[in-house]
Amino acid sequence: MSAVPILEVRAVSRTFGNFRALNNVSVAFRAGELTAIIGPNGAGKSTFFNVISGGVPPSSGQVLFEGRDITQIAPHDFARIGIAKSFQITNVFKQLSAHENVRVALQMQVSRFQLLRPRGAYVALMERADALLERVGLADIRHKLAGDLAHGQQRSLEVAMALACDPKLLLMDEPTAGMSPEETRVMMGLIQQLSQERTVILVEHKMKLVMGLCNRLIVLHHGELLVDGNPDEIRGNAEVRRVYLGQN
Amino acid sequence: MLKVEQLNAWYDQSHVIQGLSFEVRRGEIVTLMGRNGAGKTTTLRTIMGLLNKCKGQVLFDGEDLLGLPPHVRYHRGLAYVPEDRRIVPGLSVLENLQLGLLASNRRGEMAEMIDEIAETFPRLKERLHQEGTSLSGGEQQMLAIARAMMARPRMILLDEPSEGIMPLLVHEMFELFSRMKEKGTTILLVEQNVERALSISDRAYILDQGRIVHQGDAQELLENAEIQEKYCAV
Amino acid sequence: MKKFLVSALVFARGHRVATALLFLLIFPFLMPYDALSVNILIFGLYAVGFNLLFGYTGMLSFGHAAFLGVGSYLAGISVVSAGWPWWAAIGVGVASSCLAGLIIGFLAIRTRGIYFSMVTLALAQIVYYIFYKSERWTGGENGLRGVKVEAIELPGIRIDFLNPLNKYYVILVFVALALWFVSRVLNSPFGAVIEAIRENEKRAAACGYNVARAKLLVFVLSAGICGLAGALRALHLSVVPIDSLHYLQSGQAVMMCLLGGMGTFFGPFVGAAVFLLLEDVVTNLTRYWMGVVGLVFMFFVLFFPKGIWGTLLYQLDRWQNRQGKAL
Repeated sequence: MSAVPILEVRAVSRTFGNFRALNNVSVAFRAGELTAIIGPNGAGKSTFFNVISGGVPPSSGQVLFEGRDITQIAPHDFARIGIAKSFQITNVFKQLSAHENVRVALQMQVSRFQLLRPRGAYVALMERADALLERVGLADIRHKLAGDLAHGQQRSLEVAMALACDPKLLLMDEPTAGMSPEETRVMMGLIQQLSQERTVILVEHKMKLVMGLCNRLIVLHHGELLVDGNPDEIRGNAEVRRVYLGQN
Repeated sequence: MLKVEQLNAWYDQSHVIQGLSFEVRRGEIVTLMGRNGAGKTTTLRTIMGLLNKCKGQVLFDGEDLLGLPPHVRYHRGLAYVPEDRRIVPGLSVLENLQLGLLASNRRGEMAEMIDEIAETFPRLKERLHQEGTSLSGGEQQMLAIARAMMARPRMILLDEPSEGIMPLLVHEMFELFSRMKEKGTTILLVEQNVERALSISDRAYILDQGRIVHQGDAQELLENAEIQEKYCAV
Repeated sequence: MKKFLVSALVFARGHRVATALLFLLIFPFLMPYDALSVNILIFGLYAVGFNLLFGYTGMLSFGHAAFLGVGSYLAGISVVSAGWPWWAAIGVGVASSCLAGLIIGFLAIRTRGIYFSMVTLALAQIVYYIFYKSERWTGGENGLRGVKVEAIELPGIRIDFLNPLNKYYVILVFVALALWFVSRVLNSPFGAVIEAIRENEKRAAACGYNVARAKLLVFVLSAGICGLAGALRALHLSVVPIDSLHYLQSGQAVMMCLLGGMGTFFGPFVGAAVFLLLEDVVTNLTRYWMGVVGLVFMFFVLFFPKGIWGTLLYQLDRWQNRQGKAL
């Protein structure tokens, strides 16, 4: 097992005007871990997520992926180096079918500026798209327009699209947002499977989910790292209870 | 207080609510539960008058609301807090609150209401002059509820208020709902956090594909193993 | 009868280039006079080029006249000042409009929405001004005169280019090639990328696509096709009027696409045909043809926002869905 952390955040800060969203945060993630980032809204979770996923560059500090400095790379290069994300607010191609959504995500690896060959010629892509759809349980609605899918199905489609680039690091921003308990259970199962194959970092609020799944939790508060530990440590931490979990 | 009789509603061609009948008695907290797409949000929106194609009866204190535009329903004492909160950017917390009473003919009570709301929502009191959208998600949710409370509604419709909110604020929120009930506000709640919702509710209905498939006492439902299995969180 | 129409539409959708060609082959015999057919062919191509950017990628440019005009002028100047043959002139027209597309695109891509539209309008106005002032080359206000191509000399045949019907079929060859090219692009992996960008730019970037570069490429392709239309127009009219670069010409492209149906393959052609026919008919009836065109345009935007062809396709889809359900 490699000693180099798969993702390392070094003294990262991010300010928006006067507001310091992240303040000197340093964390290292080891390959194969399933970590959850938790904390009150406004604690900097979204900003942190955006910094490590290419949504926003840090104002200072460094982000390293497998030892390589990726602080300045363009947002569209993240998928190419092996970091994929699923958005908090569902972000699929609404007028395209579920199958086409995944196929387009896959196509990136094969061809981008090919003008003359028909899409259908890339049969392998279509098959891989079907395989991914099956994995997230959407095989039977492959032809439906993504905009017509139920909320939970759209979230699953997002995951399929994130998996398309075969990422080493999968980032998920509130993957179960708006899902019913049943759908949440299905997603949890999927996340558990995925964490066996790759490194997964989640941002979540559903404590039962997070405590049950992850063995490492990182608590952010006021843009700073508050606590970093396993579920028991987090649950027992007085400060975390005061600002986030509540006393029960 | 609210009686829904054989309600049918359509989104374009889709028949989303099919013959729904239920009621919410004065001073109750009633929860609507069910999986996504069951029609819970649609039901609330139809009651508020935000859906164009609908048939059936929506009786609020005996008066049929069907045909009345949403703002008139608001003046009759029915308030709605949508899932996406709709805090107005560019306005402070105070100004967002004022919006809740501005269009009413009771706007003279503005100062009094602000004081009252500030007492009920201490977090908002601390941030009265902050810009509305700079608040955290949970605080924005509180603001949306507070704004709806400004007109002293007799009944308030809440769409997934705990969604995406941190545990501490979820706890505060549900305690707030209990306090609101004590003060006489009737609440119709749509929630995915079923245990919390049932723990403060009187009764609940389970919706599936636009119809009611189960109903009963909140306590009974909470103890029902099958319901636990199917609808409650992990 | 209905069944025949439906099968025809279904065939048309599946084999769009072949259908377009079939139709265009007989088109002059449906029109009152040949010069109108040629005009419709040229402006149809112009609208198709514009539609590539507007309908398929979702970028509304108010400056596409720049590419029509650059294509026309550079093709004309090649013939008039350099004495080059017609086919070289067309090549120069297309190449120069592609270059213009690269420059204008590079500057405009950084902006979005209404700002994008404003930037393209402004840049097109600059092009207008440059050509207006370069009287020595362009004839300024009077336009470029003397783009005379009297005959097309090919090995073995001599086609009299002054005959409108001949003109039509020669131009049709180029239009057909362009349509074939557009169809291939739309069907290609790159076509999938631009659809994705139109749907959701952020998502496309998250999938790994360089959105800015893709947009620039579409811009250049679109400019090239409009440039081809411009070059053909120069040869057709034998003059290049300064109005080719006017913003009204840009607006026409928008109107034709909206009338016909943006984001559809035939829509722009249908829109161009309807627009020009209408213009032709109405000018004979009244001086205020612009007003009439405006009213017609408003009518369509209000009641047929999908455009004529777009609405037909939508109804076909609905009909097919219902048949599907019945089965």
